[in-house]
Amino acid sequence: MLRVLKSPKIALGLGLFLFFTLIAIIGPSIAPYSDPLKLVGTPWQHPSGKFLLGTTQQGQDVYSQLLIGTRPTLVISLISGVIATVLSVVIGVSAGFFGGIGDNLLSMLANVFLVLPALPFLIVINSYLPAGGKSNSTLLAVIISLTGWAWGARVLRAQTLSMRKRDFVDAARISGERSWRIIIFEVVPNLVPVIASSFVFTVLYAMGTYVALAFIGAIDPNAPWSWGSMLFWAQSNTAAQVGGWYWFAAPGICVALLGTSLVLLNFGIDEFINPRLRAAGLSRKGLKAAGVRSSNTLGLTPVVRKTPVPAATILEETV
Amino acid sequence: MTDPTNSARRHGAAPGGRVPALEARSLTKHFPVRGGWGMRKAVVHAVEDVNLVLHRGTVTSVVGESGSGKSTLARMLARLIEPTAGQVLLDGKPAPAGGREYSRLVQLVLQDPFASLNPVHGMRYILGRPLKIHGMAEGVATDDAIKDLLRRVALTPAEQFIEKMPHELSGGQRQRVAIARALAVQPEVLLADEPVSMLDVSIRLGVLNLLADLRDREQLAILYVTHDIASARYLADTIAVMYAGRVVEAGPAVQLTDRPQHPYTQLLLSAAPDPDRAESPSLAGAGSPPSLVNPPSGCRFHPRCPFAMPKCAEQNPPAFQVGPGQTSACWLHEGHTPKTSSTVSATAVEERTTRSIRDTSEG
Repeated sequence: MLRVLKSPKIALGLGLFLFFTLIAIIGPSIAPYSDPLKLVGTPWQHPSGKFLLGTTQQGQDVYSQLLIGTRPTLVISLISGVIATVLSVVIGVSAGFFGGIGDNLLSMLANVFLVLPALPFLIVINSYLPAGGKSNSTLLAVIISLTGWAWGARVLRAQTLSMRKRDFVDAARISGERSWRIIIFEVVPNLVPVIASSFVFTVLYAMGTYVALAFIGAIDPNAPWSWGSMLFWAQSNTAAQVGGWYWFAAPGICVALLGTSLVLLNFGIDEFINPRLRAAGLSRKGLKAAGVRSSNTLGLTPVVRKTPVPAATILEETV
Repeated sequence: MTDPTNSARRHGAAPGGRVPALEARSLTKHFPVRGGWGMRKAVVHAVEDVNLVLHRGTVTSVVGESGSGKSTLARMLARLIEPTAGQVLLDGKPAPAGGREYSRLVQLVLQDPFASLNPVHGMRYILGRPLKIHGMAEGVATDDAIKDLLRRVALTPAEQFIEKMPHELSGGQRQRVAIARALAVQPEVLLADEPVSMLDVSIRLGVLNLLADLRDREQLAILYVTHDIASARYLADTIAVMYAGRVVEAGPAVQLTDRPQHPYTQLLLSAAPDPDRAESPSLAGAGSPPSLVNPPSGCRFHPRCPFAMPKCAEQNPPAFQVGPGQTSACWLHEGHTPKTSSTVSATAVEERTTRSIRDTSEG
């Protein structure tokens, strides 16, 4: 497990994610001002010692807004990641395992949710929510997860299809195991890497969707206060036009960094599952020293190939 | 639909007319093939009208090449696959369709030990589950029962093996674990689907001897499915040779391999490597197994058979008695009285063979 951390990508991804988790936990208590909407200075001040990330059009502290906005952004993304993953495991695995008409129906359902344009769909749903519901974090997470489970369900269904014909499933059946036990104790443990990867991907999707919904004002932009709220107010107060770049740059960069950390974590899971990608755990120098040729283009995870044995060596050995 | 002569004969050893532990009656399996739209009529005729009996204390071997339906037969007997037609009788009574009661009495060892053990579970779980499911051992006694099982399949020291994960074991050790799992429930019938085909030659004999030991000491009824007729001769009491889903010849193991009557068995034996054979092997036939979606009419072997007659393409041959306990489903043996000794019938076959070869060369 620790060997995986040797890969700079994974270490960076994990580090960034833990950093944001820490901010989400302690952010509100280290923020200079506990209310993100409190007017604390003159408007449009550039970043300075007093206001680390400047002030807004109304004179609010951007730094406090950023710290306070981290927790809802992360929490809602994680909750909807969990809900969507549970949905995709339940639907995908049972569709793949049992097959037949149930599989057809569940697959059709997943396909419908896949082709559904998620953002317009969420906007429509949100417009039907009662006033209180629009600022309810859990409800928002549930609604976002509704559009996020289908991808994972399809992947898991395909994996389960390949799994249910495996000999160890037949062997368990011969031992007299019940179907639900075969699914939970024989099939699902083998799907853990896929589920983990799908979870990370879904969290990334949920974060993007949540920020987007807040940004376009489809949900209450003030409660809960999030990075999306900052983008919404920065946009509606024409921050870009009047030179208040720090107001939208700060949350924008944070969204990008958190997203990057999730993608890097996904790479890490990938390397953990697929031993052929383990070269990523070695530095370029280390690879050369180990005599492994790696093709590393455009930052993709290098794939290990055996170095071809030079012809001379073969001849020597045969003679 | 079944030929009376055919279904009257059950392939397998029959000592003293006892009730067989497991019996297959006219087992047939057709797998539907899904083509494009509206093409769902096609089926693979995997197993066709197979009769087989397994008696306690005997090893019955089913021999055939890939695609002959032998694994499908084993899986039908284990109730993993529901037969299209026919019956499975357990102790003379119709067997329940799978379920725990059936798995308590009939166990199947699968071919590939690298696939049949779940990589996420250790030996304690893999061997402990059947014990728990069937109430063979409870609580603290489970560990002792698991160690006993490991010792029975010669995985010692059991104290170490019980802690291992499948990836820490070699192929032979894994197959022993798979056999131990089947033995955990103290079954009466053990179905072994090519248990040694994935193993190194050096450890095959160990597994075969283990099976022989189980037959002799625990009086298990064992079905040994294999493509290796030499190992079937070594282990089995009775051999049934399958071709394209049908049993073509069956009889006592040594007698059948010494005096094969059916042209396909002769081909199979001529293809088996034999270190004692001086001359290079000449195959008694050519070609490859037929498509089972559209199997050949009549005898399924006739397109490859060197002795094929016009009749072979028209009618499926019933099983003719060609020796004591030996039957052959071949028109060459038509008209043989069941009383003829095997020697006589062998000569007769030779006569017919020569004649048909002469006919072919003249025509």
